[in-house]
Amino acid sequence: MAHAISSSTSSTVTPADLAIPLRELAPWLVLGTLFAMSVLVLISSVQGAITIPEGTAIHEWVHDGRHLLGFPCH
Amino acid sequence: MTTRTFLVHGLLAGLLAGVAAFVVAYTVGEPQVDRAIALESAGATADHHHEDGATASDSHSHSHDDAAVSRATQSTLGLATGTLAIGVVLGGLTGLLSAVGLGRLGSLRPAASTALVALLGAVSFSVVPFLKYPATPPAVGSGETIDSRTALWFGFVAVSVLGVLAAVAVARWAARRWSGVPGTIAGATAYAVVVAVAALAFPKVDELGGFPASILWDFRISSLLTLLAMWAVIGAALTALVDRTWRRQEAVEAQRAFAAAL
Ligand SMILES: [Zn+2]
Repeated sequence: MAHAISSSTSSTVTPADLAIPLRELAPWLVLGTLFAMSVLVLISSVQGAITIPEGTAIHEWVHDGRHLLGFPCH
Repeated sequence: MTTRTFLVHGLLAGLLAGVAAFVVAYTVGEPQVDRAIALESAGATADHHHEDGATASDSHSHSHDDAAVSRATQSTLGLATGTLAIGVVLGGLTGLLSAVGLGRLGSLRPAASTALVALLGAVSFSVVPFLKYPATPPAVGSGETIDSRTALWFGFVAVSVLGVLAAVAVARWAARRWSGVPGTIAGATAYAVVVAVAALAFPKVDELGGFPASILWDFRISSLLTLLAMWAVIGAALTALVDRTWRRQEAVEAQRAFAAAL
């Protein structure tokens, strides 16, 4: 690779050498995705679709954020 | 650079992005929300959902005047909660996906691959879904269809995000087979085809009724600006943090190589 030769003065590391193995990434991704999805559902909390014991508190609290961030609300 | 580095950087960038989104939403967006609610209260769009709310779905109360949370709280602390939560979640996820992208997106260096991941996130999660199902102000939409509209929105976002992931896989395959430029074109085409088909297949939602067009336009622009501010800060801050870590690591390795050569 011409790249490796030309940059040998500064560093011998090519971008591909940096790749993190997928088996190390997988658990982070699974947890991250599940967590992100639960927050998104909570913010968009449609009454009936998910029931928060106390009723509509979260729904009302984040109401304006939902409208302005493009979530369906009304 | 480890997965942890990327996650921490992403969460930090997301926090900053949440603050930026709050500032834009509060200054540009809240006046539009207030105008829409004033209209709603005045009964200009009466048959929309106040009556639905009272009769059909009592649990889905959107009567802003007698709500459990006051308007003053909704437009400040409530809004901040929403933008910060979404900012941190999207920032963290963008950080993790940048860790996946590291060294896997052609010959892009860490800063460039991170910036690309953030750009793809903005396009697939916010910009493209906005084009199909744009944000709607309070007073628009019927309480009876909220469940189906939410499902459609999440469904479209899911197709768009999965579509961009598939497009990246196509781009990498084509880049290996030919080279970088055809690979990029193949990926972009694949994503465009996926979202175009999805946009045609997903039903149209039109519940605007007689809502004033000028308020609607201002509201949607402010909503889009809020989303763009959030993604711009996620992208810029995450890229800057990743680049700083990368430069440090590179300096250490150069030093080590120099010492070994002596
Ligand atoms: Zn609402």
